[in-house]
Amino acid sequence: MPRPPALHDHALDNLRFIRETMERAGAFTSVPGWGGVLMGVTAIATAALAGPVDGSRRWLAAWLTDAAVAGAIGLVAIAIKAQQSGLSLAAVPARRFALAYVPPLVAGAVLTVVFVRAGLATRLPGCWLLLYGTAVATGGVEAVRVVALMGICFMAAGVAALAMPAEWGNWMMAAGFGGLHIGFGLAIVRNYGG
Amino acid sequence: MGKQSSLAGRPSSPAGRPAAVAAPAKRTPLELDRLIHERLRLGIVSALAVNERLSFNDLKRLLHTTDGNLSVHARKLEEAQYVACDKTFDGRVPRTEFRLTAAGRKALEKYLAHMEAIIRAVKA
Repeated sequence: MPRPPALHDHALDNLRFIRETMERAGAFTSVPGWGGVLMGVTAIATAALAGPVDGSRRWLAAWLTDAAVAGAIGLVAIAIKAQQSGLSLAAVPARRFALAYVPPLVAGAVLTVVFVRAGLATRLPGCWLLLYGTAVATGGVEAVRVVALMGICFMAAGVAALAMPAEWGNWMMAAGFGGLHIGFGLAIVRNYGG
Repeated sequence: MGKQSSLAGRPSSPAGRPAAVAAPAKRTPLELDRLIHERLRLGIVSALAVNERLSFNDLKRLLHTTDGNLSVHARKLEEAQYVACDKTFDGRVPRTEFRLTAAGRKALEKYLAHMEAIIRAVKA
């Protein structure tokens, strides 16, 4: 006959349950893993198609199209994961995540127009990586821990891209939007589900 | 306009309440708070501890439970004044939201301290 669980095992189990419930209730957990991987794959494909940073309309159009595609992938992936987890996107954690995530992206959109008009389009990779990283890092405060770390890595990539010669921008875009999305996407799949 | 349905201020009727509800007032510090020891009620209190308020549906999804089960256990917590319940209308749709009261937060803190004390006692 199996022995009943010891009192301290029961206490440990209760503490674990409280912590997990608080984490699920307090953090935005519908961060897409496979969605992130797919976003990374489209970024690498775009880097190959767009070619070196030359500030041309073709290069700009290629990356803006990828941003739209990646945004759509991200939204669909978040919605699917939330549905599978039985969590509402209207719940407080998701709303807080969105409120922290969106403003830096809006700033990035505004600065894109400013950079293009000022003839600084070749510096856009650093600007995009830095502001996307800021969005992910600030949103990550409301999400599972790995998200904030991903944001910081994107920010570091942005700073590096701004410090490097502009010609390296396309490589940094591939490494950042491609490599970091794929790497962290796989880490999220492994630790938090797809 | 929201209608608060917390039981604060209502006349007490010990005879009509479950035994667990009357227990908190008589507990010594070393006694376990059976009211939040029950797993679903512990989940409700834990979830509300990290959210200012949560709707009935949010709690139901989060704790993977049924309407009836959540209603029964939330009601017990409400009767003990550990949670307060606000009922509003979103257009024509009724909306029920719960929030943790000061007594509920204190009860959770005591419960956590109790669990940690058990673990410490075994390690010592």
